[in-house]
Parts: sequence; structure tokens; C-alpha cells
Amino acid sequence: MKEIIQMIGVLSLISGVCALALSGFRAATAERIEDQILQNVQGPKVKLVLDKADNDIINDRKTISVNGEDVLLFIGKKGAEPWAIAYESTGGGFGGDIKVMVGYDIGNDTLTGIQIISHKETPGIGSKIADDQFTKFFKGLTTSTKFTTKPQGGDVDAISGATYSARGVCEAIRNSVEIYPQVKKQMQSQ
Amino acid sequence: MSIFKEFTKGLWQELPPFRLVLGLCPVLAVTKSATNGLGMGLAVIFVLTWSNILVSALRKVIPRKVRIASYIVIIATFVVIVEMATQAFFYPVYEALGIFIPLIVVNCVILGRAEAFASKNGVVASALDGLGIGAGFTMSLVVLGGLRELIGAGTLFDVEIMSAAYRSHSFSFMLEAPGAFICLGVLLAIMNAVSAPSSS
Repeated sequence: MKEIIQMIGVLSLISGVCALALSGFRAATAERIEDQILQNVQGPKVKLVLDKADNDIINDRKTISVNGEDVLLFIGKKGAEPWAIAYESTGGGFGGDIKVMVGYDIGNDTLTGIQIISHKETPGIGSKIADDQFTKFFKGLTTSTKFTTKPQGGDVDAISGATYSARGVCEAIRNSVEIYPQVKKQMQSQ
Repeated sequence: MSIFKEFTKGLWQELPPFRLVLGLCPVLAVTKSATNGLGMGLAVIFVLTWSNILVSALRKVIPRKVRIASYIVIIATFVVIVEMATQAFFYPVYEALGIFIPLIVVNCVILGRAEAFASKNGVVASALDGLGIGAGFTMSLVVLGGLRELIGAGTLFDVEIMSAAYRSHSFSFMLEAPGAFICLGVLLAIMNAVSAPSSS
């Protein structure tokens, strides 16, 4: 009996101390980690999407709430005037979720461009969705474009061999365009 | 003298991937470049040294029946610390190593040293053992990563070594998984050939 209690006691104590140390360390680094992810993962993509902006886009970000969900909004400015916005959305691809950063010119409601943030598509086939050749097509399209692939009756050229991946990107863009009017309204009202 | 030996044995006599042939999964997977190998090696040195110190310090407190569970908790704690630290301060390394940082928890080199050495020896000897084995592990990773990077991409620590003509037609097979096996095998063969007369 004594042995069992000792086992339980020692193991609980070790786990407890370790958990305490980890939560302390987590609290100390959480902010920096979040910042690093912004700088290294989303940051470069946002800069590509809003390439004509001359402000520090990463710093000029804010979180807004659309339909009860938080949207991290990046704002591109020309001079002091907000010119374009970009936010991330998700679509279902062949191998998993595809995360896409979509940028909008708020002056004439066109897409300034899209960039794939992350995807799990087949290397060499579905991964072509991240190539410039595919993403540059979306630059300058209006938000009223039918963002489905041509075989499905839309306006977007699919990639041969990677139909599902291209559809996933389109789905992400449709999700993004769907909330665009609300995002724009909220941004301008602030 | 004898305590210093605990450090130096890890550098040749008990060189982890080549002599003990332990912990091969990360060895093969992350050595696409010398830089990755170095990053992984440093992470392992940190975890190995500290887990050895703690396991050794607590060796008389931990009941025998729950020792493995206790070691894993201690090792996992240091691994998570390393993971958060690389994410916060060396993000590119974190991205390159990916899943292999959390997988250090189940790296049998570390559990092996805790069970075979730290649980039976003093704190100082265990720390030196951890540092030595870790240094050996790092050295192996850097050599393997360097070799693969040099042949496969024509660079070393991202510095261009080979001519531009070589780099544009480089032997990129070495960067793939089979290249890792072949590289490891050749190095193992060389090491065995070098030390064959003395080992008998």
C-alpha cells in the first residue's frame, strides 16, 4: 500500500512541477510566437497580395467580428488612405484544408490578388495551385466573378490533374467574397 | 580523468547514430542540409543534458516501477520548451525541422541514456554523458547533412561551394530519402573499416 501511494505521489509531483514550468514558459513566449507566425507565415503572403501598399501592413492589422467569427484583417494603405484589405479564408482541397489569403481593392471591389498560405495537396500535382501561373489569374477580377471552375460552369480555368485542388481554392475564394461586403462595411465604419 | 571520459566516449566510442545505431528516424529525415542537422543536434543536446541531470538528481526518489513514465514526463517537458523556444526565436529552423522537434520525446537515444546511464550515475557524470552523446549526435547530423547538401545541392550551410554549372544539374537524389540511407550506409562502412582492427 505504502509503495502504491509513493508511486502515485512521486509521479503526480513530477507531472505537476513540469506542467507548471511549461505553462510559465508558454506565457513568456506566447506573444513572441504569435508575432513570429505573422511575420514568417502570413506576412510575406500579405505583402504579395497587397503589393502596392506603402505602409507596414503587419502592424496595421486588426481583428473584426463577422457573423460571430473573428477575422484578422490586414489593411494596405497608399499614403494615409486605406486602399485595400486582405484576409484569410479556407476551402476544402484534395488532401485537406487550403488556406488562401485574398486581397481586395476597396475602391472598385476587385481582387488585388490571392496567395496560398498553406495546403496539403499532392506535391507536383495539386501543389500547382500555389504557383504564380495559377494565382495570377485572379488578379483584377471583380467580386461578382463566378468563382467556380469552368467544367462546373464558372469562370476559373482548372488545372489538369488537379481538379479538386483548384475547386478547393475556388471554394476558399467564394467563402472570402461572401463576407467581403460586411468586412468592408465594418472597416469603413471604424 | 574517468569523469572526462564520460564526455569523450560520445564523440567516437559510443557515437549515437553510427555506433549505437539509435535514433535513426530524425537522423535520416532532417539531414537535408548541414544547417538543419546542426539545429536538430543542438535541440537534442539541450534535451539530453537536462533530462540526464534531472533523472540523475531524482534517481533515488523515483520508484522503480514508474521510472519510465517519470523519465518520459521529464523528457517531454524539455522537448516542449525547445519547441516553444525555436518557434519564438528561430522560426525558420522550426519550420525546417517541423514534426521532428516534438518527436525528440520518443528518440531512443535520450530515453536510452536516461535508463542506461543517468539512473545509475551521479549528476555531474550524467551531465557530461548527456553533453558528450549530444555532441556526438550533433556532429553526426552535421556531417551527414553537410555531405548530402554538398552533393545534392552544391552548397554547405547555404554557402555556394560548387560551381554554378554543378548546382544547376546537382545530384538531387541525395536530398531524397534513399540518398539519406545510402549516405548513412557509406559512412557506417567507413567508420567500421577505420576501427575494425582495434575493436576486436
